[in-house]
Amino acid sequence: MERIVIEGTPKTPTISFDMASGHLEIRGRSIPENSIEFYKPLVEHLEKYAAKPQANTNVNIQLEYFNTSSSKCILDVFKKLEAIHKGGSAIVINWYYEQDDEDMLEAGEDYQAIINVPFKMVEVAE
Amino acid sequence: MMVDIYDFYDKMERNNIMLSFKGDITSELLTSILQIMESKLDTMQEEPKIKKKVYNVLVECLQNLYHHMDEIPKSLNGASSGVDGENIRSAIFMIGKLDNQYNIITGNYILTQNVEGLKKRLDEINKLTKEELKDYYKAVLNNGEMSEKGGGGLGMIDIARKTGQKLNYHFMPVDDIYSFFSLNIKIAQ
Repeated sequence: MERIVIEGTPKTPTISFDMASGHLEIRGRSIPENSIEFYKPLVEHLEKYAAKPQANTNVNIQLEYFNTSSSKCILDVFKKLEAIHKGGSAIVINWYYEQDDEDMLEAGEDYQAIINVPFKMVEVAE
Repeated sequence: MMVDIYDFYDKMERNNIMLSFKGDITSELLTSILQIMESKLDTMQEEPKIKKKVYNVLVECLQNLYHHMDEIPKSLNGASSGVDGENIRSAIFMIGKLDNQYNIITGNYILTQNVEGLKKRLDEINKLTKEELKDYYKAVLNNGEMSEKGGGGLGMIDIARKTGQKLNYHFMPVDDIYSFFSLNIKIAQ
């Protein structure tokens, strides 16, 4: 099974997706001008993974900042996860936010309201 | 032409401008500007909460310029000598802090034919309460439309939501075809 790792830059997050263990992590900041292009490889790998997912898929989203251009792409990623969840892989999306960062907590709750996958809001120290 | 640089300096000083720029807004420029502003906010030892809000809103304001500023004929740009058929991209932005409040001011040319549409959108956003903004954001987020530019119409809603204030805007006609659009965003402590 494949594994993809995209190293972070000042405007894009580090992404690692290990299909063998069912572990997906997005960490850092996501503020590119063109986010569709950036998220395309991940979305494609999720489509591939959806055909033969692991029994458990573990998702960690730890973003410091993200722009509105990224927000629709992140929703796309979550929609792929929703389909995988529906197909039988147990998924929990851990949404990390820094203490006092109400905007980031609210952003997680927005996704939670739209996506039919269990979310866990995880507060971390600044 | 003599530029009265002291006049500029004095005005910027009195308005406590931390950073200002006029010209083409490129991806590389935004990377540099955001790095500069981030280190300035660190130096000022701003509360992490405020720092994040200012940074987030700044990203949206500057990327709005990047995606939406209209090209103008070079001849429109006042002092620069006009070359027929040549278009340029130019905008202005300033970031300042006055009376414990951050100000992000942007200005860009827009085709006058698009003024009504934008004005209507901004007025609609300005009418909404905090809760309505949240619902509107979620509806637009989930409407399945993705503009070619990748934004999908969330930028202004997000700015209004994060600042908790009305979008303060102004349109000024420049000639028959172009207007100048300015936006003044305030972020209170």
